[in-house]
Amino acid sequence: MIADLPLWLSILVSAFVVLGALLTMAGCFGLVRLKSFYLRIHGPTMGTSMGGGLILLASAIYFTVTRERLVVHELIIFLFVSLTTPVTLMLLARATLFRDRVEGQIDVPRRPEKLAPKD
Amino acid sequence: MRRLLPHPILACFLLVLWLVLQQSAGFGHILLGSIIAIAVSAAATAVIPDQVIVKRPYKLLVLFAVAGLDVIRSNLAVMSVLFHPRPKPTAGFIEMELTLTNSFALAILACILTATPGSAWLEYDRERSTVLIHVFDVVDEDAWVATVKRRYETLLLEIFE
Repeated sequence: MIADLPLWLSILVSAFVVLGALLTMAGCFGLVRLKSFYLRIHGPTMGTSMGGGLILLASAIYFTVTRERLVVHELIIFLFVSLTTPVTLMLLARATLFRDRVEGQIDVPRRPEKLAPKD
Repeated sequence: MRRLLPHPILACFLLVLWLVLQQSAGFGHILLGSIIAIAVSAAATAVIPDQVIVKRPYKLLVLFAVAGLDVIRSNLAVMSVLFHPRPKPTAGFIEMELTLTNSFALAILACILTATPGSAWLEYDRERSTVLIHVFDVVDEDAWVATVKRRYETLLLEIFE
């Protein structure tokens, strides 16, 4: 299959896949190695933003060339991933914030006081 | 017209999404896609009661280009911290005041900041219009806030308000 591609294009596609995989792997290492929850939430973001993006871009280029028509439905994967990660992240992070505040951790910003109702 | 198509932007978006998913622009796909787009956008009034107005659509492209560049930059920055033998990022919480109040603009800002490795949108307080952000590697807190305001908030304000 890869023989159908001109050399420069197969190099480009491979480079994108390898770089994307590297970024995702770096994010996963971050998830394992970093010390606190708030630091760890930043690791997987690399996989969902540029890591995944590059792999999807490589897929789009490869199939556009080999199938000889425009293949862009990878864009939708990227779009949905970008739209849904903030939701899970906010759920997880706010649950942790809530727990840390209840436990009285010092290094967590306090819950803002409710404003007095305007008369 | 308003009653049939309360959210024209959403309907167009759904139709395009449908055609891209089907990977075809045949008449049947357009017909079925239009029916779905109109039905779903009409159903969406239950959750999006207000009309969404995009004042300067071309600025959205500028916004996405800026965000894309920032995603690449911060990916490389975070990767260089992570591949360090002993990663010691100077992480911190930043509480930021926003002038932005439009829910769609806020949602887009949240998506961009979260998609950028190195910053995560944690908690928005509508009463005070502040947002709590966790930043992976803070060098200068005020400069960070100023950058977000300059790069994204002004654009979003121009687009939505």
